[in-house]
Amino acid sequence: MNRALARWLQAPGIVLLALWMIVPLSMTLYFSTIRYHLLYPERTGFMGFDNYEFFGTDPAFWPALGNTLGLVGSVLVISVVLGLAISILVDRPFRGRGIVRVMLISPFFIMPTVNALLWKNMMMNPIYGLLAVVARVFGLEPVNWLADYPLLSIIIIVSWQWTPFAILIFITSLQSQDTEQKEAALLDGAGFWARFWMLTLPHLARPIAVVLMIQMIFHLSIFAEIFVTTGGGPGTESTNLTFMIFSQALLQFDIGVASAGGVFAIILANIVAVFLIRMIGKNLVV
Amino acid sequence: MNDTQRALWSERAAITAAWVAGILMFFPIFWMALTSFKTELEAIAVPPTIIFDPTLENFSLIQERTDYTGFAWNSIITSVGGTALAMAIAVPAAYAMAFFPGRRTKDVLLWMLSTKMLPAVGVLMPIYLISQKLGLLDTRIVLVVIYAMINLPIVIWLLFTYFREIPKEILEASRMDGTSTFNEIVEIVIPLSWGGVASTALLSIVLLWNEAFWSINLTSSDAGTLTALVASFSSPEGLFWSKLSAVSTAACAPIVVLGWFCQKQLVQGLTFGAVK
Repeated sequence: MNRALARWLQAPGIVLLALWMIVPLSMTLYFSTIRYHLLYPERTGFMGFDNYEFFGTDPAFWPALGNTLGLVGSVLVISVVLGLAISILVDRPFRGRGIVRVMLISPFFIMPTVNALLWKNMMMNPIYGLLAVVARVFGLEPVNWLADYPLLSIIIIVSWQWTPFAILIFITSLQSQDTEQKEAALLDGAGFWARFWMLTLPHLARPIAVVLMIQMIFHLSIFAEIFVTTGGGPGTESTNLTFMIFSQALLQFDIGVASAGGVFAIILANIVAVFLIRMIGKNLVV
Repeated sequence: MNDTQRALWSERAAITAAWVAGILMFFPIFWMALTSFKTELEAIAVPPTIIFDPTLENFSLIQERTDYTGFAWNSIITSVGGTALAMAIAVPAAYAMAFFPGRRTKDVLLWMLSTKMLPAVGVLMPIYLISQKLGLLDTRIVLVVIYAMINLPIVIWLLFTYFREIPKEILEASRMDGTSTFNEIVEIVIPLSWGGVASTALLSIVLLWNEAFWSINLTSSDAGTLTALVASFSSPEGLFWSKLSAVSTAACAPIVVLGWFCQKQLVQGLTFGAVK
């Protein structure tokens, strides 16, 4: 009786998630093989892999792929390196530690559109922005961030939001580090770097891997930050794959080509997901 | 300088550096909140005004010009509604997985997590067209359903880990007394793991409140959430910083505070238990 009941209790969740996954996925796959343009509904027919070819030979494709990888890679490096440094700084008893921690983590809870506009205007505006003011104080020429370095600006904006995530994970993990081991190493006269390489980094290997993979999955689909700041421009300088597919679909109304792009994005995300799921699976005891 | 002194100084340096990092990280948020109390002219003053006469004018202006409360209401309904729907589906499922695990339970859980890794843009067109066909574009219903689906894996996962910690003997004892499954969940399982259930819901609300992809693409004026309202500030160039700051501050303040309270669930929920 229990087995049957257990199955019934799980059924709604499993069925709904399966529908949520299979229905749109198969539609995307189907659309990607047909002629489907919202402005020319009379043009129909099977296209084979032509949509994929159109998407792959679009002049925006290679820049978009390059920007996607550059964006993901840079944010990963920045957030993990900064996250490690800051969480090691905070991992010691001192007065006001709770406040410091809260300040460090807060940017993660700011909605992406607010984050992007806050930086676009109050921080990066070349005339009134704080960064321009600071540059002038030091006698430097203010930088027109979003116009001259659009991708770098977006990297900074996204890093500000996601470094707190890395900090949060690393702080949590450092708390479970064996303190006796650390004290023994200190007594043996191990310096900071020796302790870092021999104890802290091995202890954090797993959290670092998790942070890398989770952030990769989120950053492959960055959208709002680009949508409200540069709109992918100037030209294609800050267009990533997600934004390129979005503009194919909802700005140029070519569903077929956009779907082919969607399939490509799914494959890219799955390459990462396979590793992540395997790692979670190893850790999961039912 | 001897070794103890050196250790003391490096400790002090580290603490100072930690404070500096925290203050720098938080500074943009502080600056945004400060700007929301300035007039538009003070907001773009160079050098920046630090001492000024705070005004609440922006907060009343954004209500007049953009119907802030309408968007806020949409955010509340979609994030709370999506969470409620996800919880209603997840509680029985997590209960079954935690107390009657079968051979396939692990595979089912991992499969559920894998749906979370599907990039939204890959299914944008079908979801957009289905919503259009059903006349659900720019309605709160479509967001509630999508939000429930995107958070369902995380919610089931977290509830599963909390339910699993309840000793099975307690449930067996009550089953001897003839308690029905429904009563068992409502009267025993949920009260015993109340902290976990509440913080799971809280995390789900925080994540949905900040969701931007679906709300920007599927809604406009009727069902637009605060993320979409803020996005609409991206087009006009010019003197609107203090209003933008007021909208942003009002939209973010409650959720940042809630976020502070569910840090632990955030770690567990977003890393799926791979980090302890």
